[in-house]
Amino acid sequence: MSIVINHLTFAYTQGGKRLEPTLKDLSFTIEEGSFLGIIGHTGSGKSTFAKHLNGLLSSEKGTVLVDGHDVAIKYERKIVRTLVGMVFQYPEYQLFAETVFDDVAFGPRNMKLEENEIKSRVTDAMRLVGLDPDRFSSRSPFDLSGGERRRAAIAGVLAMHPKYLVLDEPMAGLDPLGRSEILSLLEKLRTESGCTIIMISHSMDDIAKHATKVLVLEQGTVFLYDTPQAVFSHAEALQKIGLSVPSITHICIEMNRRGVDIPRTICTESAFMDWIREGKQHA
Amino acid sequence: MRDITLGQFVAGNSFIHRLDPRTKIAMMILYIAMTFLVKQIYFLTIPFFYLVLELVLSKISLKYILNSLKPIRFLLIFMFILNLFFTKGEHVWLDLGFWKLTGEAVLQSFFLSVRIILLVAGASMLTLTTSPIALTDGLERLLAPLKIFRFPAHELAMMMTIALRFVPTLMDESEKIRNAQMSRGADFESGNVFRRVKSMIPILIPLFVSSFRKADELAIAMESRCYHGGEGRTRMKQLKFRKDDLFAILVTLLFVAVLIVLLVAV
Repeated sequence: MSIVINHLTFAYTQGGKRLEPTLKDLSFTIEEGSFLGIIGHTGSGKSTFAKHLNGLLSSEKGTVLVDGHDVAIKYERKIVRTLVGMVFQYPEYQLFAETVFDDVAFGPRNMKLEENEIKSRVTDAMRLVGLDPDRFSSRSPFDLSGGERRRAAIAGVLAMHPKYLVLDEPMAGLDPLGRSEILSLLEKLRTESGCTIIMISHSMDDIAKHATKVLVLEQGTVFLYDTPQAVFSHAEALQKIGLSVPSITHICIEMNRRGVDIPRTICTESAFMDWIREGKQHA
Repeated sequence: MRDITLGQFVAGNSFIHRLDPRTKIAMMILYIAMTFLVKQIYFLTIPFFYLVLELVLSKISLKYILNSLKPIRFLLIFMFILNLFFTKGEHVWLDLGFWKLTGEAVLQSFFLSVRIILLVAGASMLTLTTSPIALTDGLERLLAPLKIFRFPAHELAMMMTIALRFVPTLMDESEKIRNAQMSRGADFESGNVFRRVKSMIPILIPLFVSSFRKADELAIAMESRCYHGGEGRTRMKQLKFRKDDLFAILVTLLFVAVLIVLLVAV
């Protein structure tokens, strides 16, 4: 099972008039169990695309099928929204309940689960994001720190047990520790629960390190869709559309230019370390 | 929900658009006074002519004025019928025993309806030709003399400006929160009225919280740029009272004078 996007074209309307399409003829498949990183310049259609994955937006031109369910069909959307979890930018601004427990339970309650099941899902989700249920359950979400609030909001989505998790810049505004906590959480979800992760990010380093596939959007079209290594080997093309390559790739390209025999496609620190070790062995 | 426009200002560069907002506010007050001075339906023609003149000079399409009347259509019908029933008169047109339709009642119903239409249309002429910012600016200057009585004219105008500025921001915000809650399976579309109102809570609470946060941030941003109220504050765009303004006021006063003469004469 997977998410299949087929010739998706979408245009916003303003005052009854159709604007220039934001998404133009997108076609590709997001494999189950993968970690898809989406990058693109501001206004390239990343967030608009993300909203199509659970039917918040839908277009009459082209289809998005989530495990075979068409997101454009109204009665399918309910199923789709339990399959696809959405974490928007600054998700902590959606917290509303009196206690963290009730807020995290909002999604499961909308799914009409039994109270026992809800309770176990909420405590599991809170543990997963690193909020101790005993300490945090009865606290008000508005008393938490910024990072805790963000994690509580993410727990609210995880408690629905989504098969696909879409995150729109989940690390924006967090400190380095908060960022790495979110990233290792995503990695854990993918490897332990087999959850497919779709993450929009501006951090090439994070994308290179965690993604198994990278989608580059440019003015609503697929610019590149490949493995991180393959995508970041197009350094010049990426720079032309206002993006960049991971910092480690920058270093490699610069070393290569100055005569060091190093591949220009290294995009993670571990690959760089491997190259150094290899070199030592040869010498 | 996204199509709500506030103040429904229509940008333009007509004679009316270029007038000082203070002039336009004064014109509207005089116009309202005119419609209230009149007790006979045929004298309403004078404010009506004034409105038509303003409309032609402003080059605004009649469509906008008619649109502004749409929200009050039920009120108009209701008032019309109510006055038919409760106005007493002598010229009986129709006698149903328990209720008599009189000529006076019909006339009174028409008179009140036309007056309300004229009032609303006149008020929307002001908002159609004056940007919200210009309007609050003008209001501030007009209310400035009341500062002697410690009336916070500047603060009031600033509050109005900020409120208007944040309408689109909050609309945007509520749309985002709505999307987020819908992604968590919230249902805003089904159920009875009570359920639907209850389902709005997950939107309203985050919206309130974020309004408070935004207010706080704005206050800090304003203070760090040394904002300290209206005292000694100068403006980048000075309001200027020009010849056109004088002319507009004079024409308006002329209308008022003619009306008063006619009222006294009759």
